[in-house]
Amino acid sequence: MGIREDILDRVRRNQPAAVPHPNVSDFSRIAKADLIETFRKALAILAGVLIETPPADLGAFLRKQFPNAKNICSAVPEFLGNSKPEDYANWADAASIDVTVVRSPMGVAETGSVLLSEADLRVNTIGFLAHDIVVLLDPEKIVENIHAAYRHPAFSDKAYSVLMTGPSGSADIGGKEVHPAQGVMTLTVIFWREPAKR
Amino acid sequence: MSTVDQAANAARFIEDRPHEQYFDTLMWSLREARDRSAREVPEWEELRDLASAIKEHTLSNLAEYLEQFEASAKRNGVTVHWAHDAHEHNHIVADILNRHGAKQLIKSKSMLTEECEMRPYLENRGVTVTETDLGERIQQLDDEPPAHIVGPAWQKSPHDVARVFAKAYGSDPNNDDPVYLAHEMREHTRALIVKADAGMTGANFAVAETGAIVTATNEGNADLSGNVPKLRICSVGIEKIIPTNRDLAVFIRLLPRSSIGIPITQYTSHFRAPREDGEMHVIFVDNGRSDRLGMEKFWPSLKCIRCGACMNTCPVYRRSGGLSYGSTYMGPIGIIMMPTFDIRRFSELPFSSTLSGSCSNVCPVKIDIHEQIYAWRGVMDEKHQIKLAKKSAMIAAGEVLSHPELYRIATFATETALKLLPRFAIYNDLNAWGKHRETPAPAKQTFHEWFKENRQKGQKE
Repeated sequence: MGIREDILDRVRRNQPAAVPHPNVSDFSRIAKADLIETFRKALAILAGVLIETPPADLGAFLRKQFPNAKNICSAVPEFLGNSKPEDYANWADAASIDVTVVRSPMGVAETGSVLLSEADLRVNTIGFLAHDIVVLLDPEKIVENIHAAYRHPAFSDKAYSVLMTGPSGSADIGGKEVHPAQGVMTLTVIFWREPAKR
Repeated sequence: MSTVDQAANAARFIEDRPHEQYFDTLMWSLREARDRSAREVPEWEELRDLASAIKEHTLSNLAEYLEQFEASAKRNGVTVHWAHDAHEHNHIVADILNRHGAKQLIKSKSMLTEECEMRPYLENRGVTVTETDLGERIQQLDDEPPAHIVGPAWQKSPHDVARVFAKAYGSDPNNDDPVYLAHEMREHTRALIVKADAGMTGANFAVAETGAIVTATNEGNADLSGNVPKLRICSVGIEKIIPTNRDLAVFIRLLPRSSIGIPITQYTSHFRAPREDGEMHVIFVDNGRSDRLGMEKFWPSLKCIRCGACMNTCPVYRRSGGLSYGSTYMGPIGIIMMPTFDIRRFSELPFSSTLSGSCSNVCPVKIDIHEQIYAWRGVMDEKHQIKLAKKSAMIAAGEVLSHPELYRIATFATETALKLLPRFAIYNDLNAWGKHRETPAPAKQTFHEWFKENRQKGQKE
């Protein structure tokens, strides 16, 4: 008998009596009007920055916000940047990016998270090897909680997807959350409506 | 190997008073953060019930879900491996690395790879292993195992970490600001991350319907380990399976709040398939889990999601330090898991508990931890794994407690002795209670005396 069969056989023999699969409800309780306020508060807990009014000139905003940034990698049509994800065929080279600009297809009010996958990042490493990240999010795309979030198709059809919430941090020294850790130093979410699809 | 004497190890830890107090305060602050965070969720208790029921359902149909995960993963282009034990697991990892000529491995924290003692195995075969979790890296640089399953280095004060980094990185030994230290780690580790040949992660959850390996980190280091190199290996204990994304939501809400009191970790990541030009391997590891599944009393410990809440709240763990358990998993959850790995070596652990039940009260998947600890004591007795001295003391206590007259004499003698004896006669090696705290002032009369007196008074009236 192979290892796989042997392990499965032992598991089958030892499994306790079958317990039914419980039904998980959506726990929906936040009114639609309160979603943005909930998102704002939750994002702040993990030190994410929220810009609610989109700047008229994204380039000028980025220059002001990140005055030392030389390499801005843009994965969005709204802004050209100095580089695009495809320039980093060797994914480790994304470490040379100062600021990544990307659009998220979904925000989560309960946790202040934004969803990103390879469909948005194209080269996944631009999302955490960059020094800072700026995420465009259509406020209409904010769902209430984690239960609602997991209905998004990305979790079933994308190779890699992440709920990103605030810049990388760590509580490993002294138990208090500090920044930076290994990933991005800051995370800024800008409410920016998706262009209407033709 | 000889039996781990947790009490003796803890006694040494307690001798270092500043560290003991630092650790106790830190652990309790995490417990308080957990409580605050849990209170923000009105359906908290319902979520705990659900999490427990989902885990029980999955474990009672585990073979089916493992096969479902395997089928999903294969559809996604992932290679699935199976390992009976630590040796088979380590061999599979070494073999994959060898086939790719990979010599530089970066990895995120995985208690399973600790359990398998994978790092020394690979290092003996010429592979450089870099831990990318800050706490785990600190322990690696200091050549110590994790002292806590969530924050491996929490037993060290920031000053201790400054000393470790000064030695390893040449940083300022007197700067113990956590921000400075985290920055030092970032600078030194990222250089190793970008040139790694292979990346490895553990798994918080493995979702059967999608074939996704799910990790929760604050640092994003699982994302770096799993994405920067083209070769990705995920080590997964067979009990980490859950059926669907709908189920996953319940655990993602419970885990970070139970663990460090935050609504979600900064990175909750889902690895379903390799990148187009890459490879992804999943290694399912049994290592005693299928045997535990067949233990009528003890199989529910397989529900554990490794949040560490039971440790943060445990009065013994908080004052003993995690290393005192001499085991991969420590604290209350360690006590009920470790004897299934080696009953002789860990035969003393079930006695490192006050049976307060605080662990069971905070467990997000409702494992009856303190009841299992008590049951393990019975097993140790049956299997003759209790030391003679402990057993004699318990027999004596049993005699006294089951005979009221004897008990009254013993109480009277103790109370009188406490009133009359000089300090040196009370605070010595024979009085374990008095080693690190004051013995309580003796009561003026025992309850029995009070009751006798008052009942008689009452009857007269």
